[in-house]
Amino acid sequence: MNWKTFLAMLARDAHVARRNAFQLVFQTFLQPLLFVFVFGRVMVGSGYMPNSYKSLLLPGIIAITMVFTGIWAVAMPLIAEFQWTREIEDRLLAPIDISWIAIEKVIAGTIQAVVAGLVVIPMAWIVLHPGVDISIHAPLSFVAIILLVAIFSACGGLALGCSINQQHIGLMFGMVITPMIFFGCAYYPWSALDNFPVLQKIVLINPLVYASEGLRATLVPQFPHLSGIAVFVMLLFFDVLLLVLGLRQFGKKAIS
Amino acid sequence: MAVGVRTQDLRKIYNSAPPAGATGGFIARADAKGSKAPKTEIAALNGLSLEVLPGEIFGLLGPNGAGKSTTVGVLTTRVRPTTGQAWVGDHHVWQEQAAVKHLIGVVPQRPNLDFSLTAREILTFHAAYFGIPAKQRDERANGLLEKFKLTDRANQMVRGFSGGMMQRLSIARSMMHDPEVLFLDEPSAGLDPQTRILLWEIIREYNQAGKTILLTTHYMEEADALCNRLAIIDHGKMIALDTPQNLKASIPGGYLLRLHFGSQPPGLMDALQALAGVREVRANDGTGADVYADRGGSLIPEIASLAATTGADLRDVHISEPSLENLFLHHTGRSLRD
Ligand SMILES: Nc1ncnc2c1ncn2[C@@H]1O[C@H](COP(=O)(O)OP(=O)(O)OP(=O)(O)O)[C@@H](O)[C@H]1O
Ligand SMILES: [Mg+2]
Repeated sequence: MNWKTFLAMLARDAHVARRNAFQLVFQTFLQPLLFVFVFGRVMVGSGYMPNSYKSLLLPGIIAITMVFTGIWAVAMPLIAEFQWTREIEDRLLAPIDISWIAIEKVIAGTIQAVVAGLVVIPMAWIVLHPGVDISIHAPLSFVAIILLVAIFSACGGLALGCSINQQHIGLMFGMVITPMIFFGCAYYPWSALDNFPVLQKIVLINPLVYASEGLRATLVPQFPHLSGIAVFVMLLFFDVLLLVLGLRQFGKKAIS
Repeated sequence: MAVGVRTQDLRKIYNSAPPAGATGGFIARADAKGSKAPKTEIAALNGLSLEVLPGEIFGLLGPNGAGKSTTVGVLTTRVRPTTGQAWVGDHHVWQEQAAVKHLIGVVPQRPNLDFSLTAREILTFHAAYFGIPAKQRDERANGLLEKFKLTDRANQMVRGFSGGMMQRLSIARSMMHDPEVLFLDEPSAGLDPQTRILLWEIIREYNQAGKTILLTTHYMEEADALCNRLAIIDHGKMIALDTPQNLKASIPGGYLLRLHFGSQPPGLMDALQALAGVREVRANDGTGADVYADRGGSLIPEIASLAATTGADLRDVHISEPSLENLFLHHTGRSLRD
C-alpha cells in the first residue's frame, strides 16, 4: 500500500470537487430542500398534514440526501471515466494495487455523503422552522449510523458505476434509484406499511429503509421505528456486501 | 541501470467482441443472455515471445488487429494474459503490478487525459501519484510543457485541445515520473510532420539517457528512423525480428513490382520468373502478380513486351523500393495498410 499515491488521488478528487463546487451544492441540496418546503411547509401549513410530520420527514430527507449523494458521487464519474474519457487509466497505472483506487473513490464518496447529510440538517431545519422537534439523543449511535449510511451509499455507487454502461444511466435511475427512494421509508415510517404486509417485507431488501429508520431512531425516537440493533446489523451487512460486490465489478472493468 | 522487457508465450483470448457493454455488469449480462448472441472468441495474441533489451528502442510493427496494443496492454498490467508470462526488469508483470507500474510510462493508443484538469495539473497530479515532491513536480511539468510546446496552453482545460495537442500532452505525462521503460502505442498518430520529427528527437534523447523504449507504429519511416530492432507481428504471432537494415536486406531482390492484368494467360507466371533479375513471383488471386526483383524500373519494358506477346492485358504497375512495407507484404501476403 502506497500512501503517497493514495493521498494524491484523494487530493485530485478534492481538487475537482472544489472546481465544481457550485454545481455540486446545487445538485445535492436543491431537491431535498424543495421537498422539505412543499411537504413540510406548504402541506403542513395548509393543514393537509399534521404538524408532527415535519419531524418525521427530516430524518428521511437526511437519509435520501446522503444516499443519493454517495451513489452519485461515485457512480457518475466512474461510468464516464471508464467508458467515455477513459481518464481513470492514468490512475490505474499509478504504482498502487488497483483495489485501492476503488477504495479511494469510496472514501471520497463517503466524505461527500457525510458532508451532505450534516449540511442538510440545518438547512432543512431552517426551512421547516418552527415546529421541528428533533434532538440527538444518542450521539454515538448517530455518528455510527451516519457513517454506515455514507459508506453503503458510496459502495453502492461503486457497484452500480462499475456494472452499468453510459447508455443505461436512465435505466439505473428508473429501475434502481427511484424505487429505492419511494420504498425507502424516507417519507413515511416503516410501520406505515402495516396495511401492506407483503410490501412491508419486500422493502426490507432496500438499504435506504435502514438509513431512514436508523436516523429516525436517533433523531426522533418518539415516532415508531425499527430496532436499533437490526438497523446496525443490516447497515453493516449492506456496507460489506456492496463493497465486496463493488470491488469485484471494479476489477472486472479495470482489466480486460 | 537500464531495464529490459520480456514476454514468454503470451496468449490472449478475448471472449467477447470489443463493443462497449460487452464487459461485465449485471444489466449488460442480462441483455446478452436474452439475445443468445453467439460467443465469439478472438485470439489477439497467439504465443508471442519477445525480448526487449535494456536501453534499446524496440518497434512493434503490424497491421490493424495484429495484437500490438494487446501486447502493450499485457506489459503495462492493463490486460490479463490468458496464458503466458511477462516481465519488466526482474518483476513479474501480473504478480508484482505496483513494482512494475513504478518502472513504466505509458502512452496509450487512445488518449485518456483527465478531462477535469488543466494541462499542467494533469502533469503535476500524475507526478504526485508517483510520490514526487511538489517542487520537483512543478519543475518537471514546466520543462516538459516547454519541450512539447504546450506552455501557452498549460492552464487550460484539455477538453478544448486538438487531437495532436492531447497526444503531445499524453507523451509528456508518460515522462513525468522519469520511467525506466517507456511504452508508446502509436505515438505519432495524429501529429503533423514537424511535430513528428520533434517527437523522434525527444524519443532519441530519452533513450540516450539510458531508457528502454517499446513503440508500436504503422509508419515505416518511423520504425526505420528510430528502432534498433523491430518485430513484425500479425495475428498475434511474431513473423520477423531483426534490425530494420537486416530486415530490409532479407526481402528477395529488394524491389517489389505489383502488377495487375486484365486477363492472365497460362504460362505468364513462368515467363515472368524467367526474366533476368527476378527472384520470386507470387500470383495474386487471378488478377495480378507480385514480382520481387533486383531491379525496378528497368524491368518494366521487358514485362510490357512479355505481356504483349502472351496476350495478357497489363493494366497497372506499381514499383516500390526496398522497404519494410515490402517486407511485410512478403511475409504475410497483405499490405500493412489493408
Ligand atoms: N477489449 C477487447 N475485447 C475484445 N476484443 C478485443 C479487445 N481489445 C482488442 N481486441 C481484439 O484483439 C485483436 C487485437 O487487437 P489490438 O488492439 O491488440 O490490435 P493492434 O495491433 O493494436 O491494432 P491497431 O493497429 O488497430 O491498433 C483485435 O482483433 C481486436 O478486435
Ligand atoms: Mg493498437
